[in-house]
Amino acid sequence: MFASFVLALRSAGLPASITEYLTLMGAMKAGVADYSIDDFYYLCRATLVKDERHLDRFDRVFGEVFKGLEPPEGMPIQNLPEEWLKKLAEKLLSPEELDKIEKLGGLEALMKRLQELLEEQKGRHQGGSKWIGTAGTSPFGNNGANPEGVRIGQQEGRNRRAIKVWDKREFKDLDDTVEIGTRNIKLALRRLRKFARQGTPTELDIPETIRTTANNAGYLDLKMVPERHNTVKVLLFLDIGGSMDEHVRVCEELFSAARGEFKHLEYFYFHNCIYERVWKTNRRRNDNMTPTEEVMRKYGPDYKAIFVGDASMSPYEVSHPGGSVEHWNDEPGSVWMERLTKHFRRSAWLNPRPRNAWDHAMTIGMLRKVMENRMYPLTLGGIDEMAKELNK
Amino acid sequence: MSGFKSTDRYIASRDLEVAVNAAVALQRPLLVKGEPGTGKTVLAHEIANSLGHPLIEWHVKSTTKAQQGLYEYDAVSRLRDGQLGDERVKDIGNYIVRGKLWEAFESGEQTVVLIDEVDKADIEFPNDLLLELDRMQFFVYETRQTIKAKHRPIVLITSNNEKELPDAFLRRCFFHYIRFPDRETMEQIVQAHYPDIKQDLAREALTVFFKIREVPGLKKKPATSELLDWLKLLMIEDLSPEVLRSKEQHVVIPPLHGALLKNEQDVHLFERLAFLSRRG
Repeated sequence: MFASFVLALRSAGLPASITEYLTLMGAMKAGVADYSIDDFYYLCRATLVKDERHLDRFDRVFGEVFKGLEPPEGMPIQNLPEEWLKKLAEKLLSPEELDKIEKLGGLEALMKRLQELLEEQKGRHQGGSKWIGTAGTSPFGNNGANPEGVRIGQQEGRNRRAIKVWDKREFKDLDDTVEIGTRNIKLALRRLRKFARQGTPTELDIPETIRTTANNAGYLDLKMVPERHNTVKVLLFLDIGGSMDEHVRVCEELFSAARGEFKHLEYFYFHNCIYERVWKTNRRRNDNMTPTEEVMRKYGPDYKAIFVGDASMSPYEVSHPGGSVEHWNDEPGSVWMERLTKHFRRSAWLNPRPRNAWDHAMTIGMLRKVMENRMYPLTLGGIDEMAKELNK
Repeated sequence: MSGFKSTDRYIASRDLEVAVNAAVALQRPLLVKGEPGTGKTVLAHEIANSLGHPLIEWHVKSTTKAQQGLYEYDAVSRLRDGQLGDERVKDIGNYIVRGKLWEAFESGEQTVVLIDEVDKADIEFPNDLLLELDRMQFFVYETRQTIKAKHRPIVLITSNNEKELPDAFLRRCFFHYIRFPDRETMEQIVQAHYPDIKQDLAREALTVFFKIREVPGLKKKPATSELLDWLKLLMIEDLSPEVLRSKEQHVVIPPLHGALLKNEQDVHLFERLAFLSRRG
């Protein structure tokens, strides 16, 4: 009976499955919800949502399905970051339309007006569900993807009740704020494990115990060994800023996964290409630089160096002294890259751009040559390949 | 139906009550997440209290293995006993050390099992417990016996979101996210814990507390447990509510802030803000 609800959840991107559906049915049968619509909502939430990131989306779908409202057209239901929207608008709108927007006072003003419109809507309490901007004639109708603008919770129920629980959407700011997708990356990084026994002996060493006991004329002689720990050492170099902005999300995921997985993890930032200095905090990069030479002195060749960057820049930044966009570099980036790859026994480059785009940027080819082809796409498969290479 | 309800010491929202009752009715584990200090662990005590079942706590650490919750085979003492010619050595069952789950399964009445901070353990930990939590049974290889739960325990699992949990594990659980209480609920909670607190002190303290939580850039926002500690301190020191009241809308460092701010960067941030507001 509620199958369509579960299907609606799935199409909104919530991973609800048949197991959860059956659980919900079971709970209904057991009388947990007790004929109260609020309890029914709470029960659905406890059964079908498994992550607080999804709560907001769940509230919206619940509101739609159980009120008979039409879902917004086109885009799937999700919140889009404002930046993204702007870019989308720039791509989608024709010049005339952009002109119109300019007349209205530019995109910011447009967003603001939309905001005001929403506020006004809330203030007036017109009753019933109110939709803004789906008609397609308003300037925002064109990119119509902003669900904030498209769909607002019903302010006043038909039955004159106060705001319904799911219309409050109290979980809104939780959506997508926690690290996601790191589990798979962590599992891929697991390949990079190298176990060694260090520290205090806590485990029973059975082969050694048997041997010494036999030598001891059958009298028990216990031998202990330290527990195995992952001792792989990783040095991450992360490209930051400029063209990397598009890839911030996936880089953050990689970074948090790596932090969770490796005990010996060090990281440095660079911009576009590595020169004589790198830094650890972006906010204070100007007064907190670490000379690359010092990095090489401090971290031995046993560290596995992983460079993360899109390697897309002007060729001069790699090949010429003074080519850096940020400062005067005495030696070209390629010299520094060669030094680093020579110093660290194992190194690799992870590129967030897809492999088939690598031929489009000349510098990707140049850096691949420096890395002796050890460049991998920043995908699960790519990380897997990289881990295999680094473990050789 | 009767079931779990707010008590005079623990204020549970209606959605939490429904989630707990669903988990109890269907005998499935309930996974509880939420900011640290919102009463996840206390919840288990309260469920056990209100349903009148014994509570078995299993606190998970980074070195905890799933197997330890079931049983452990103490090979070393068996070896030693064998050496000494102890009679006990003939029965391997003497060297099986029971874990928390075994304890719960064998119990003569229904129990509440708390698996605390499941995300602290190794990434594979939840997967290793899938079957055990689903069927509430496991097999002991050493003695070739199957341990089956006499009464399916009520399992409560808490997580602090340090690691993501596998889908297969989540599928088997009910889920509840403890939202940070709003002011009204918070007043109830304070009342429940300190019934004889001075009303104006509580009001001022709550204002300061919620103002602190709004300060952007805090590393660790103070939560319910910090608020309760702080209020206790304020009551012991017998501070007057006037101390807490800032005359202007400026930020001030609250007295005894050590109970609220647990991070030196946060204290610095506050000192800076206080300095700026004095100057401005």
